[in-house]
Amino acid sequence: MSNQSFVRTEMLPEQAPPGSTVGVLGWLRENLFSTWINSILTVVCVVFVYYVLSNILSWTFLSVWNANSLTECREIMMATWGTTHGHACWAVINERWQQMLFGFYPPELYWRPILALVLLLVALSPILYAEKVSSKLLYLTAAYPFLLVWLMWGGSIWGPLMAAAGFGIGYLAYRFLLPIAGGLTALIAAFLLPVLWWLFLAGPVAGAINSIIPIGIASVESREFGGYMLALLLGVVAIGCSLPLGIVLALGRQSDLLIVKYLCVGFIEFIRGVPLITLLFVASLLLNLFLPPGTNFDIILRVMIMMTLFSAAYMAEVIRGGLAALPRGQYEGADSLGLNYWQAQRLIIMPQALKISIPGIVSTFIGIFKDTTLVSIIGLFDVIGLSSAIRADTAWNGIYWELFAFIGFLFFVVCFGMSRYSMYLERKLQTGHR
Amino acid sequence: MTTLTDPPKEHFRLSMLLYDTRYRSATIQVVALMGFMLLAAWLLSNTIQNLEALGKPVEFGFFSEPASYDINQRLLEYDSRDSHLRAAFIGLLNTLVVAVLGCITATIVGVLVGVLRLSSNWLVAKIMTVYVEMFRNVPVLLWIVFAMAILIESLPAPRAFRGENPTATMDLFNTVAVTNRGVYIPEALFSRSLGDIHFFGESAMRFDVSLDLIAIIIVLAGSIFAMRKVTAWANKTQEQTGDRPKIWHILLGLIFVPMLILLVALGFHLGYPELKGFNFTGGTHLRNSLIALWLALSLYTAAFIAEIVRGGILAISHGQTEAAAALGLRQGRIMRLVILPQALRVIIPPMISNYLNLTKNSSLAIAVGYMDITGTLGGITMNQTGRELECVLLLMLVYLAISLSISAVMNWYNERVKLVER
Repeated sequence: MSNQSFVRTEMLPEQAPPGSTVGVLGWLRENLFSTWINSILTVVCVVFVYYVLSNILSWTFLSVWNANSLTECREIMMATWGTTHGHACWAVINERWQQMLFGFYPPELYWRPILALVLLLVALSPILYAEKVSSKLLYLTAAYPFLLVWLMWGGSIWGPLMAAAGFGIGYLAYRFLLPIAGGLTALIAAFLLPVLWWLFLAGPVAGAINSIIPIGIASVESREFGGYMLALLLGVVAIGCSLPLGIVLALGRQSDLLIVKYLCVGFIEFIRGVPLITLLFVASLLLNLFLPPGTNFDIILRVMIMMTLFSAAYMAEVIRGGLAALPRGQYEGADSLGLNYWQAQRLIIMPQALKISIPGIVSTFIGIFKDTTLVSIIGLFDVIGLSSAIRADTAWNGIYWELFAFIGFLFFVVCFGMSRYSMYLERKLQTGHR
Repeated sequence: MTTLTDPPKEHFRLSMLLYDTRYRSATIQVVALMGFMLLAAWLLSNTIQNLEALGKPVEFGFFSEPASYDINQRLLEYDSRDSHLRAAFIGLLNTLVVAVLGCITATIVGVLVGVLRLSSNWLVAKIMTVYVEMFRNVPVLLWIVFAMAILIESLPAPRAFRGENPTATMDLFNTVAVTNRGVYIPEALFSRSLGDIHFFGESAMRFDVSLDLIAIIIVLAGSIFAMRKVTAWANKTQEQTGDRPKIWHILLGLIFVPMLILLVALGFHLGYPELKGFNFTGGTHLRNSLIALWLALSLYTAAFIAEIVRGGILAISHGQTEAAAALGLRQGRIMRLVILPQALRVIIPPMISNYLNLTKNSSLAIAVGYMDITGTLGGITMNQTGRELECVLLLMLVYLAISLSISAVMNWYNERVKLVER
């Protein structure tokens, strides 16, 4: 008989994987103790994390919430824990949080910035969550800039209304002149008439209507603005205005029109080459020199203008990156469909270019929002400026960490939220090219 | 049969400027240029009128007047009798110092963190993520004032080093004193110094270059040149014979022996900081403002660089790693020889813009009182002379020049490492 080798005819039953490769133990082995270097690193990290967390947590939670001064805080700490080290004195936040959030805005009017913030979220919702929210809310979005100005600065409602009327005038001019005088005349009229309206008529008309039907709320001076509210206000305005301006600049830079191109390049490179702080110096010291003698407009408005220009230059570069990343075929496809320049941009190029540049756009937003703190250097009382002001008070002289932690927390929440939203949006808009 | 006829002669009509696409672009450009020039002329005429009304014609004569303020952290000699121009020059050097220091530290920390964020060790990766998110989402100005507060509040005062039982001691074998007035580190001294060369005589830009330093640099360059020659010879021998000659001791000797001879010849010794009276004397004094700015800027920028490095590494396809592993390279070598050189091409352009950002952010020095160009030219000089227009414009020009030169240098480097497509 030949010695036939053994061939197994039935499968062995599956065995459970070794205990060291599954479950918690397996995870630990794979992710924390895979090699001896990793094990050492893990141990070092655990010690580090324990050291940091134990200090920070006890500092944060074993803390004093009610006191009128740092001295009192320290007395309470001495009495409770026998040491003044390692315990936070949140009493300063407890006492001053309203000031840090709203600056010197009149306390009885706090509802206005809060309402403005709530309305902002509502007005943004049709843009941020387009498929879940009714698009009728877009009317609120369109009206929001004027509402914001009115709510924040107060005064007569007719000023913002008349400013908004300028856009209505432009629209009407275009509608009625288009059949009569042709596209170009209508376009020029739609551009010129509102400008003339704003320059010469809006002010007197608003004044006249206001003297007949005075509707308004208490007005608030710009120098009363401050705190985190100021950062949010500057951030929202700069972000909102810089996106359209940035798109225009990016298109200008990509354009075939040589002069337009070089004007845009010059503007973008100049702004990107200088620090924001010098532009804020221009806002606070020089902008009044550049305008007709006698004009003296609001410091916050001047800062808004400069921050918008600053962020628009960065935005333009981000969007230009998106435009450059589009395959040439998209442009040619648009041409072959017979679309003109603006149609091609609106229907084909921009939706794709903006989608590509979402991460860059959002990180520019975050950058602008963080940069609003720089206004404390030119003497506006934003939240960092206020923290120095609070320290200048004898009661709170020498308090640092609690204020910084609070400010850092405020900024972290908004910036982190924005970056997470951009990730969500990227995932949502991903059409699966990868 | 068809005959070709000349197209009908078109007469130029004015409306063609608008409706004919051949001319429309020219029209738009002319209108844009005219609009721009009108705007510029309007701003300029307003400025001239306003300045006349204020009685402040644009002139730069104030630059030669004595600055009469002190700059405590500086590279070159300066005192308050020097001119405003000299003060601005010192400030410019201070800006460059903090920018260069910051860029170097930020790169080191950033690359390290970026690589560690991809570590297979879960805990290390998470800690690095927390670091990156923490620094990226909080304003840099807050980090700067925070760093300054830490230095001032939590470090011992110089008097803590005094007495029989001092509560604080100097670090690193008694050579470095870390106090709340700054850090004192040993300075290099030469007892048989070769002296200095003076450049630009007595002008505001005058500076001295130590001949000792030049001698050291020359010797170092010579050593490195010789080392490269030896390495090349070793490579050649290896290619010809297959055996690599042992050269590490030659290389070590080449770098150390000439330097040691030179240092002994120059009488090199270290000047240590010493506690005299209420403060430390001797050594080099790094002020808190410089350290706070340097630390905050580099840690802040490092968080961004870490993300760039991580993105660059992730952009290299996994096949490269696998191919390298198939060749039998170890983990560290895969990173160093295969991944990083390719990732570098993705990393460099955004890295440039981060270096630029760091340089521009260094203007926040004014918040902690470090006298950079913003603190001198755009700060005290501007306030003392009241010449806002001249100072701010000049400040912008200086930053513009710095930015453009950095991007020029970095773009040149980028061109060099760029993949040559064939």
